[in-house]
Amino acid sequence: MKKQENPDEGLLVRRIQNGTVIDHIDPGEALNVVKILGITGTTLESLSIATNVPSGQMGKKDIVKLSNRELSKEEVNRIALISPRATINIIRSYKVCEKKGVEIPDMIEGLVRCPNPGCISNTNEPIRSRFLVTPKGLHCTYCDWVIGRDITSYII
Amino acid sequence: MTRHIISIGDFDRRQIDRLLDNAKRIDAQKYDKNALYGKILATLFFEPSTRTRMSFEAAMARFGGTSISVGSVEACSMAKGETLADTIRVVSGYADAIVIRHPKEGAARLAAQFASVPVINAGDGAGQHPSQTLLDLYTIRQSMKLDGISIALIGDLRYGRTAHSLASALSLYHAKLHTISPKGLELPTSLHTELSEKGMEVTEHEDIRDVIKEVDVIYVTRIQRERFPDSASYFNVASSYRITPELLAGAKKHAIVLHPLPRVDEIDPRVDQLPHAKYFEQSKNGVPVRMAMLLQVMQ
Repeated sequence: MKKQENPDEGLLVRRIQNGTVIDHIDPGEALNVVKILGITGTTLESLSIATNVPSGQMGKKDIVKLSNRELSKEEVNRIALISPRATINIIRSYKVCEKKGVEIPDMIEGLVRCPNPGCISNTNEPIRSRFLVTPKGLHCTYCDWVIGRDITSYII
Repeated sequence: MTRHIISIGDFDRRQIDRLLDNAKRIDAQKYDKNALYGKILATLFFEPSTRTRMSFEAAMARFGGTSISVGSVEACSMAKGETLADTIRVVSGYADAIVIRHPKEGAARLAAQFASVPVINAGDGAGQHPSQTLLDLYTIRQSMKLDGISIALIGDLRYGRTAHSLASALSLYHAKLHTISPKGLELPTSLHTELSEKGMEVTEHEDIRDVIKEVDVIYVTRIQRERFPDSASYFNVASSYRITPELLAGAKKHAIVLHPLPRVDEIDPRVDQLPHAKYFEQSKNGVPVRMAMLLQVMQ
């Protein structure tokens, strides 16, 4: 069912005409979400971030709004690594046209650097880092190193 | 699909048993001497090796095949900055299989990714060394059934890749593991947890004498001098982990002593004469086991 965005949020972060709203991000993770999406000061998106805003479900949450960019499924699922409760709202003409949750992917490529300095993926070889997502954490498919916690520190 | 041998973790128990059975048949001279006639094996060793390289080359020769190599690392194009991926793609065009040893962990997986021929991992940094594990298992199996054995791993268990792979493989055989290592060189916690989760009983000891009476296999690894701040502290530690005839006097009659070699001071040369000493047999077993591996990937 299509529904309007909460107008109260406009007090803190302006509504967007077209783009993506990433809602229900774990509090404090918004900047990491932005990092995962590869958004920097030199990219073209218009970006709004709200951190630690009150949330009925979560107590506190972060929100990221991206104008004129709709996220791909792969990008959405990467967010699940650091914020599995996040929801994605695709906005067209100020209306939520699509709302979806995030799914933790089975494998991630090129997103996280292997912490093992002896791993072949940390050399000039023409490969991207590759990790299996397991209940214990991210498992490097090259050297078998497991990143159990603090995944965001290793985001490329 | 190209068959590679990268990690002992890629094998299940049935596959290990089958490969060891094949090695046993080969050991009994029941094999076709021309099974790999006309085939070429490329040995790419980017780190020093004596036993592994020579036994792979011997294995290939026993089947009537040929081996080629790049010689020293300094003499090959990687010294000019070529990536391993490119080297592998090039060598794939020259040979029917590649055996690789490389200082970086995961190098063999990368090689398998870019090779159009089978790749066998002959050791990647502190990572995997499946052919060593298979010949260790083969040597144990010559003396006893693998099921339920009690094994002591002694020495550098932190960096010793052979000990890690062997422990993982033995978890498939419900073995009991005793670890004895100097402070700072203990089995990595992650591996300890992984083995326990697989149902393996793992017990740490300070002194081999605590378990010498109950173990079936004593697996000794080299404690590297460079892990210690000075020679005095190295000798102090190394001497307390030394296997001697006096120590083995308290061992089970059928207990065997294994070592991936080269040894330095870990085993008293007097042990060589005892029936417990199986490390030279173990080294010799590298040929039939590697012959079985070559057949598996090349036939």
